[in-house]
Amino acid sequence: MLAAGILAAMPLAVPAHAQQGKTLRVALITGIDHLNPFTATLLAATQVGRLNYEFLTIPSAEKAEPAPALAESWTTSPDKLTWTFKIRQGTKWSDGKPVTAKDPAFTFNRMLTDETARTANGSYVSSFESVSAPDDATLVIKTKTPQSTVSLLDVPIVPEHVWAPIKDLTDPKTDTAAVVGVGNGPYLLSEYKQNEYVKFKANKDYWRGAPKVDELQLLVFKDAEAAVNALKQNEVDVINRLTPTQFDALKGQPNIATNKAPGRRYDALNINFGVQNADNQPIGNGNPALKDIRLRKAIAQAIDPKTIVDRVMGGYAQLPGGIIPSVYSAYHWDPADAERTKFDLAAANATLDAAGYVKGGDGVRTVPGAGRLELRLSGHASRPYDQRAAQYIGGWLKDIGISVRSELVSDEELNDRSNAGNYDLYIGGYSANPDPDSVLSLHTCSARPNAQGKGANTDTFFCDPQYDDLYAKQLAETDLGKRAEYAKQAQARLAGQYANVVLDYQNVLEAYRSDTFASFTRQPQPEGQILEQSGYWGLYGATPAGQQAASSEGGGNTGLWIVLGAVVVVVLVGGGVLIGRRGRNADDRE
Amino acid sequence: MTQTLSSPDHASSLVDPDERRGGTGTLRFVLTRIGGALASVVLVIVLGFFLFRMLPGDPVSFMIRDRPTSPQQLAELREQLGVDKPMLSQFFNYLGGLLHGDFGTSYLERRPVLDMIGERLWPTVLLVGSATVLAVAIGLWLGIRAAWKHDSFFDRAQTGIALTLWSVPQFWLGLILLVVTNGVFPSRGMHSPDAAPGFLPQTLDVLHHLILPCLTLLAVFYAQYMLIMRSSLLGEMNADYLTTARAKGLRDDLVRRRHAVPNALLPTVTLVFMQFGMVVSGAVTVEAVFSWPGLGQLVYTSLHGPDLPVLQGVFVVLAGSVVLMNLLAELLYRVLDPRVRTT
Repeated sequence: MLAAGILAAMPLAVPAHAQQGKTLRVALITGIDHLNPFTATLLAATQVGRLNYEFLTIPSAEKAEPAPALAESWTTSPDKLTWTFKIRQGTKWSDGKPVTAKDPAFTFNRMLTDETARTANGSYVSSFESVSAPDDATLVIKTKTPQSTVSLLDVPIVPEHVWAPIKDLTDPKTDTAAVVGVGNGPYLLSEYKQNEYVKFKANKDYWRGAPKVDELQLLVFKDAEAAVNALKQNEVDVINRLTPTQFDALKGQPNIATNKAPGRRYDALNINFGVQNADNQPIGNGNPALKDIRLRKAIAQAIDPKTIVDRVMGGYAQLPGGIIPSVYSAYHWDPADAERTKFDLAAANATLDAAGYVKGGDGVRTVPGAGRLELRLSGHASRPYDQRAAQYIGGWLKDIGISVRSELVSDEELNDRSNAGNYDLYIGGYSANPDPDSVLSLHTCSARPNAQGKGANTDTFFCDPQYDDLYAKQLAETDLGKRAEYAKQAQARLAGQYANVVLDYQNVLEAYRSDTFASFTRQPQPEGQILEQSGYWGLYGATPAGQQAASSEGGGNTGLWIVLGAVVVVVLVGGGVLIGRRGRNADDRE
Repeated sequence: MTQTLSSPDHASSLVDPDERRGGTGTLRFVLTRIGGALASVVLVIVLGFFLFRMLPGDPVSFMIRDRPTSPQQLAELREQLGVDKPMLSQFFNYLGGLLHGDFGTSYLERRPVLDMIGERLWPTVLLVGSATVLAVAIGLWLGIRAAWKHDSFFDRAQTGIALTLWSVPQFWLGLILLVVTNGVFPSRGMHSPDAAPGFLPQTLDVLHHLILPCLTLLAVFYAQYMLIMRSSLLGEMNADYLTTARAKGLRDDLVRRRHAVPNALLPTVTLVFMQFGMVVSGAVTVEAVFSWPGLGQLVYTSLHGPDLPVLQGVFVVLAGSVVLMNLLAELLYRVLDPRVRTT
């Protein structure tokens, strides 16, 4: 009876979208905490905000530099404290109400007055004096100090008429399609199934023009291998965060295209040069020998980034310069030949010989006035990169007479150690944004922890007046060319002090179904990434391959009916046989 | 958690020797057991709080990883989360919250922990519950058959298969099933975004998603029921009362069903209840492979950071359900086995 019921019901369960237009399915490898753009902090959740809302300005697809979006143009006052944005007129929210300058004014003012509203993007308004909208087409932002970061505020602009009545931004209804569904981005959120998927429909009235697909689905995957399998079986159209092994396995597969793009992250070997907290008190248990810049320089000379790129990353990385990766070409520091610390074991040995580190009988050097030169090298046990890089680095340092003990630990343990300065060397790194400020700020004096060990977001504990001066200059400079010059000088200063050694910039590895999608807009062009951009370009620019591709969905579902039918038959037949056998057994044994 | 369960012998020895059969004795027995269970839960709450605080890591620096954050923001964040307060005051805040049914707020997602557990409880109960029910049914049936014809080809083959599946890593089996079924079953989640609205299509859609993860768990789970059932039935096989029953001229089938199996079933009841207690703990790896939105996945993601309020909350819910099921097992045992009552 039940089986008959299931069989009868099957035709009803045919997916609704089979009759509709083109759907773009994206595998999400990271989780979603909130849809509310004020409180959404996890990466996938911020991507939802990028698709659903327009920003004041947006990093361009071409070069990831500030470009018009909600603001058509902007000017700064001579004292660089007042920014005036001309807001685009004639665009509408998805509920039909016009988008005006009052919406960004509301968004920023809410962040200035409501602590919860600062959860996700609070750092962008920390230097704001006031925000106002003198008329529908003009937005004026005044800052306390000159802030070049105002040209690229990574803050989704929400509709005032929807959000102003919501007094408590932690209210669960702010995570529902009823509230977040009113947007003006290229895709409009239509359905959210917690921990499972987010659905969007294309915004047909989007001011840049409607997207070429009708529906967008972000599907949560908790297992990378399962996601790769789903791409092969045409359950998703695009995936990212592939490992080199997965990427190589997908290369050359039928109907699958791969995308190797320059990444936003730098990997580095951080050196404990005698780190101090914000009160300039020494902290941690680093080897005091590393206070000697000649020793740090020798370590830098003993590391070969080319081998790291080729052997550790299998070629899926770029040779390093400064801490801003080459994907952000305007701010990336690529040292000239004379400035560069080259891989040269002989030179490294000579540096140490000259500094008085004498080699003992076992090949290990002695620190002048102290014991053997032994260093601990920490890394993330969870990252294959750290495991392999630690082997190479340990080998090179041994060649120059430094004994290295490798200590790969959990992410949390490494975090504890690095925050407390309890390391000699460790493998770390950070992701840069299109605006260079955040990654440069990680190496300023004020980023160091206070006396209680709290309040830190430093990467290296670096504290150098010259660097801080260059950092302040780039922050105050609104001319992009001059600002980039300061940013490059700051990177050169950091590299010259050998507080860290940048090892490489890992590539972003992505893949998509070439039978369903012909192309995506990359950022930057021509070879940047598709997903996890600073902007909506990748998914907005998705161009479907010919219409014939959409039919493969049906195959999967035909399979479902066959299998369900088979299960029903097995249950019925099996049950019958069992009942029969029972009777027969009883007869046999009586 | 296996150790927390009283074995049947243990259960019977715990019964008060002075206890008389009748209302007051049973009442006292029930009250003692409930008291013991409550004491366990309190212990779990205290232990859970301090245990997870021994984990390394700083939740705040984990939360702001790779995001531009100013030192002022960091200070605000620490204050919001209350992680700067002394541990004892954090503990009493936590206890106070628990008394009001408040499990705290997740560090990572900043949502009430109870909501997060609530929305994941049902998927886990559905998945692990259905796999357990099927595993019990299939395991017991195979175990009885194997014991009754022990050393037969059926017995040896079934025991071999069960032991092999029992030793296979769950995530590996799950991935293999995903690859082998070649897209016939969905590879992620519990719902398809394309399923038509309405009760029936939605139910069928969930069943479609349920098949592979359920099958994976079933394959791994059923061996324990089969082997326990098999060995306890083997223990009864040569008992005198079975000879008597056969001598009365009963059919073999009836001897097995009415005499041998009910006696051999008792240890299995214990195991089944213990497993039902563990149902909510989910199956971390299987839930991860199939992106099943259950509690196991929540534990897995919360270990990073670590997200202490979530870990504590899940720990209390899991331990609470194990304690509750053990309590039920003890009470039910008294009903099922008259020997326990009359000792």
